[in-house]
Amino acid sequence: MADEKNILTVIAKEQLLESVMVMKTRGLRLSQACASYKDGKYNLSYSFAEDDNYRYETLRVVIDKDEMVPSISEFYPYADFYENEMKELFGVRIQMIKNDYHNKLYRIAVETPFLPKDEKEED
Amino acid sequence: MAKRSVVPFGPQHPVLPEPIHLDLVLEDETVVDVVPSIGFIHRGLEGLVSKKDYKEYLYIAERTCGICSFGHGNGYSLAIEKVMGVEVPDRAKYLRVVWAEMNRIHSHLLWAGLMADAFGFENLFYQCWRIREKILDMVELTTGGRLINSVDTIGGVLRDINEDQAKLILNNIRDIETELKAIRDTFLEDYSVQTRTRGVGVLTKQQAHDLGCCGPLARASGINYDMRVLGYDAYGMLDFEPIIGTDGDNYSRCKCRLDEAFQSIDLIRQALTKMPAGEIAVPVKGNPDGESFIRIEQPRGEAVYHVEASGDKFLDRFRVRTPTFANLAGMCETMKGAQYADIPLLVVTIDPCISCTER
Repeated sequence: MADEKNILTVIAKEQLLESVMVMKTRGLRLSQACASYKDGKYNLSYSFAEDDNYRYETLRVVIDKDEMVPSISEFYPYADFYENEMKELFGVRIQMIKNDYHNKLYRIAVETPFLPKDEKEED
Repeated sequence: MAKRSVVPFGPQHPVLPEPIHLDLVLEDETVVDVVPSIGFIHRGLEGLVSKKDYKEYLYIAERTCGICSFGHGNGYSLAIEKVMGVEVPDRAKYLRVVWAEMNRIHSHLLWAGLMADAFGFENLFYQCWRIREKILDMVELTTGGRLINSVDTIGGVLRDINEDQAKLILNNIRDIETELKAIRDTFLEDYSVQTRTRGVGVLTKQQAHDLGCCGPLARASGINYDMRVLGYDAYGMLDFEPIIGTDGDNYSRCKCRLDEAFQSIDLIRQALTKMPAGEIAVPVKGNPDGESFIRIEQPRGEAVYHVEASGDKFLDRFRVRTPTFANLAGMCETMKGAQYADIPLLVVTIDPCISCTER
């Protein structure tokens, strides 16, 4: 039985491309990328899987709401699905997505992005 | 020079149980590029964490998908249990394996039926779904639901399987195993089936890795990873090896999934035999505070559950990355160079679950 090694590393936005390139060079698979929003900041998570030993490494970038972040689709072309989702549904400003759907990946009738609001207070 | 044209495929198509749209770029009858778009059944399930507390949300997580619903509930529970440091009783871990593997069998049989239907073998389609009904009957007997089970809870499970039910399941899966062998033989040995599967939609091992594929789609191409090896629930206490293919074509994917159905039968047998007596759940108090990433093996592959919480009864974020989402790029790659007539089969061959993908 393999032990799950789950590592989360917080990095600066400027380190993102370099860190992702290291992951690519090590032959890791991009397992997922997602965004979350809290207190005016986005948490961007990029998770990489090393399938030989089931190690799981997540890079975390914290940016302000209006801050730009570079796309990682140059290194991982299929990241464009994840990045288009972050851009369209969360409003993350991602630059240079290789295959930019321009907010048309999801055919949703309602307006996107789903702007964050403190809905808990309404309950 | 061949004439280039763009043909829309879906969102409504006889082969699609759920809507997805593909723009197929053709040169004569050959597909040279594919542009997918999704979102026709996006329900905003992840956003509901701000409306439902973390215990209620389990029932939303389960409804991410109607086929692998138990797995989604299980993945969500595992993520919360990890954040809260909850140790689930051993019996509950085994019970989770039994239901997860029943889900896998009926999911693979659903896929096998759709695959048979896609290449026009209606009798095979009927047979696959006839056997699937028997699995669903056992799921209903033990959980009360056929597709949405609502039997998982944070800290364990809500229902037990008694001795009589366990005996009935063991008897039934023996019969199902015999019937499955006939289905497997037809899929893998019938000449007309092989003409639609052998050498069609090839995805090499390198391509599968480079495109981030997972589950049977990746394993059929020779990639050896299966999240059950991580040992979550009771998998660490059971004997099994991931089923790996070599050719990466439609045939290899068929073989991989059908063999996995037999493996699931074996895992159910092992789990019911080894299951210890004892409690099935522990009480969970307080609210989660922290973050976790959990990976489990759903019928379609690796699913990632990400939870962020800050001590409130409402989670800050719940995210599920479903296997079909990861396999979209792989699906598009299998289509490049294929004939237009093979596209319906190639869509089915990745076993797409669009409800999961769009959440």
